[in-house]
Amino acid sequence: MSGTLTIDGKTIPFAEGQSVIEAARCAGIYIPHLCHRPGYAPHGSCKLCTVFVNGRKTSACTFPAAANQNVVSDTPELKQDRLRLTQMLFVEGNHFCPSCEKSGNCQLQGVAYHLRMLDNHYPHFYPQREVDASHPDILLDHNRCIFCNLCVRASRDKDGKNVFAIAGRGINKRLIVNSASGKLKDSAISVEDEATRVCPTGAILIKRSGYQLPIGQRLYDQHQISEVALSMQDDHEQ
Amino acid sequence: MSNKIKIATTSLAGCFGCHMSFLDIDERITALAEVVEFDRSPLTDIEHCGPCDIGLIEGGVCNSENVHVLREFRKNCKVLVAVGACAINGGLPALRNFVSVEACLLEAYRDGIGVDNPQIPNDPELPLLLDKVHPIHEIVKVDYFMPGCPPSADVFWTFLSALIEGREPSLPYELVHYD
Amino acid sequence: MKTFVDKVLEQAEFQPARLLEILRAVQAEFRHIPESAIALIAAGLQIPRTQIIAVAEFYSFLHLTPQGRYDLLISDSITDRMLGNQQVLDALAARLQVEVGGVRGDGLVSLNRTSCTGMCDQGPAGLVNGYPLPRLIPAKIAAVAELIEKQVPLADWPAEMFQVDEPIYRADLLLKQPFSNGEALQTAFARGLAETLAEVDLSHLRGRGGAGFKTALKWRTCSQQTATPRYVICNADEGEPGTFKDRMLLDLYADQVFEGMTVCAAIIGSSHGLVYLRAEYLFLRDKLLAVLQARREQGLLGKAILGREGFDFDIEIRMGAGAYICGEASAQIESLEGKPGIPRTKPPNSVVCGYQRKPTVVDNVETFFAATHIAIQGGQWFADIGTPQSTGTKLLSISGDCRRPGIYEYPFGTTVRQILQDCGADEVMGVQVGGPSGTFISNRELDRVVAFEDLSTAGSFMVFNRTRNLFAIAQNFIDFFAHESCGFCTPCRVGTALLRNQLAKIADGHGAAEDLEQLSALCEVVKNNSHCGLGESAANPILTTLLSYPELYLQQLKAKEFAPGFDLDATLAAARRLAQRDDAAAHLNQVEN
Repeated sequence: MSGTLTIDGKTIPFAEGQSVIEAARCAGIYIPHLCHRPGYAPHGSCKLCTVFVNGRKTSACTFPAAANQNVVSDTPELKQDRLRLTQMLFVEGNHFCPSCEKSGNCQLQGVAYHLRMLDNHYPHFYPQREVDASHPDILLDHNRCIFCNLCVRASRDKDGKNVFAIAGRGINKRLIVNSASGKLKDSAISVEDEATRVCPTGAILIKRSGYQLPIGQRLYDQHQISEVALSMQDDHEQ
Repeated sequence: MSNKIKIATTSLAGCFGCHMSFLDIDERITALAEVVEFDRSPLTDIEHCGPCDIGLIEGGVCNSENVHVLREFRKNCKVLVAVGACAINGGLPALRNFVSVEACLLEAYRDGIGVDNPQIPNDPELPLLLDKVHPIHEIVKVDYFMPGCPPSADVFWTFLSALIEGREPSLPYELVHYD
Repeated sequence: MKTFVDKVLEQAEFQPARLLEILRAVQAEFRHIPESAIALIAAGLQIPRTQIIAVAEFYSFLHLTPQGRYDLLISDSITDRMLGNQQVLDALAARLQVEVGGVRGDGLVSLNRTSCTGMCDQGPAGLVNGYPLPRLIPAKIAAVAELIEKQVPLADWPAEMFQVDEPIYRADLLLKQPFSNGEALQTAFARGLAETLAEVDLSHLRGRGGAGFKTALKWRTCSQQTATPRYVICNADEGEPGTFKDRMLLDLYADQVFEGMTVCAAIIGSSHGLVYLRAEYLFLRDKLLAVLQARREQGLLGKAILGREGFDFDIEIRMGAGAYICGEASAQIESLEGKPGIPRTKPPNSVVCGYQRKPTVVDNVETFFAATHIAIQGGQWFADIGTPQSTGTKLLSISGDCRRPGIYEYPFGTTVRQILQDCGADEVMGVQVGGPSGTFISNRELDRVVAFEDLSTAGSFMVFNRTRNLFAIAQNFIDFFAHESCGFCTPCRVGTALLRNQLAKIADGHGAAEDLEQLSALCEVVKNNSHCGLGESAANPILTTLLSYPELYLQQLKAKEFAPGFDLDATLAAARRLAQRDDAAAHLNQVEN
């Protein structure tokens, strides 16, 4: 099955098996997202990519593209909801950008900049979360985890290791590590793993690699996330 | 009475870095001075805020004095602006939110290395610490937010120009930063 | 430890899908899931240890730290609260010297609250090691405490302590209908299976679990899938607070439910049925296993049912472990596969890609019960009752402020006024129809009717009189959703916690006009962006109470201008204590003077 669909009034082609978000991306249309990554199994948890498909709200990253679909993504209401969902992610964790190595290259920040988010709107939870610095090469800072599941999928589907999983329920969700101690150093992860490179925030960092570019020259200093996302190669496409 | 727009500024649990950045508007400050005058501010040494058009708050709320100052600003300023990361999300001072006030005080005044004459300060003149540092929008209604650590001089300029001219402020992509 | 875990793994045939069953057994034996068991189970099932931890943390009845040898859980549904569950908790805590939410130092007893246990008609209710303790009156509380202190094994407790009543105050079309085992199957075989499906279609039977999907369409779609095997799942995870009609059906009408599953299996071509029984209904398990065994002996389950070669079907009972979200069909399937109950992404629907990724019909207990009688009596018989869009009758579980709480069967289209009159409710302030995820209506709306097109309900019907506080009700429901959110998607995970705090702010008298605007806006974000029905309906307690009693919300906005959402003065308490101060400057007012 392939054909065309329309998104915000523009007719675009899609290929068999493509999701709405991927069809849009291939046609040069950016739909904000955090838990989606080209070449990864769709997940649909961040809900930033919520769009109307034929009048019904759904996640563009999980919904299959189909002929003659009418997709609406660019409306003030959807943008406002995306802003609010992003603000929820900011107050849920502990996101102190000035003291984070990922600042300037962080997708959570990039999306927030794109949405012109100026404040966090909601009261902060300031949850008590751990930092796992046990591994010689990799840092895991739970304060910045947004439960996008990308590291879980990367480790399971790309690295074949199942290093990560998400446990807990509701606001008490937490990322857990597959080792007897629960620490990264005792897990099977290695710095070459895909799982160390897919974190959209500064929750998983490769040690001794931060601050390589001065402020002003970092990714989202130079480019909007919409451009970056559209230029992403499908090098992991299976 | 002059027709100038009145601005008050203060730093709560902040580092005055936002104020320094404000001064980085450099020579534009002369143009600004044509249309505004400053009420309570570290720049004027006026102790209490009178009726103002715009209040700029740097820093979060970490103690009882911060609450009083913030309320004074809210009461007197038509428009209240949260300036910088600390005012918006607590910022660096909020990193103590993961340690109890008790542990903080005991470490600083009783158990820490090099503490001489250990005792928790109890002078009634001293403001007491809140158990957590809060961004200002959790204590009072805030009208606008200027993110950044600090917001750049251009952010101040863009924002204030709009407010002074009665326009809704908006920042272009390049000026939205959280660091 | 190893011997025990090996035995449990063997009983579960080393199937990862049966992880919940395995963990429930470990929990029952060791009062928690010990680290050593995690390693053994991971190795035995060849699954990552993280899956075991994720499951253990997801379900309320599984624990990674030891609970008491007697684990007491008190139902925290609003109706249990109205019947004094706090006094029950206080009394047990005092008598047994254990904190609510804690485990006593000697490990003998633990005490906590739990989501609705489905005993709202006989509350305040609780559970001890998973078994129900309805009607916790003071004398019974004393007896329970004494039995625990004396360490009397549960098996030796007086049986009447666990006695669950099934008060049926109104029987209509289905509950009155005579039935003999095998009747529906015989009629269906005689009529023809395609013809029987046509009768189900004609009946316009819609799913009784709340969503109201057309049963015949579901069955037909499943039967048309090419993939095999196909599965029949009976959703007995009756978790919506205030609902207990499936408890009654499984207690008194189990044969008719199983027969409905079997008819479905014949129609869709399934040989394997599962009942997902909520953990709170553990007391029904042995009874149901006995019914299943009797049906096997009667030739109604097993190989060549009623002598029909090629029609093999059997049913197994699988227990939940305390998670409301598992009432959602795809979450239930995840749970049945040994995973946290996180609703799947749709499409594909479970009917196409369900249990073990195979075509699966998931229907409510009451749906199968109705299908049994439709198979016998035909579709028109059923369609003649009710309204055109909502045919037949509906079982209601009525609780709250009324003289006769219990089970009532009504034709769809019955007015709330009629129901209130029948159950003996006076001075009504409002009714919650459909549980927390449903609709709150005020006493100005009593002519509304129970039907899919008006007040849809899976069975919950809670009555509140004029002495009740609207905010206590809405807060109980919102707290419930925040507690039961699976946490998968942002709007529900974060949004329900924010809703809880924002509603509490207003209820505590710290709200100003804009707080109500913020609350409404937040409701819309959660409702419009969530992944599943839980999130979509999580804001309903606020939205519907706001709609029916806006004046109560407005009166509750005590703050003239914005005030903090937390007790400001209390945040100085630690500093005051350490500085040994209590002067005026050592305090803060919630709002400026």
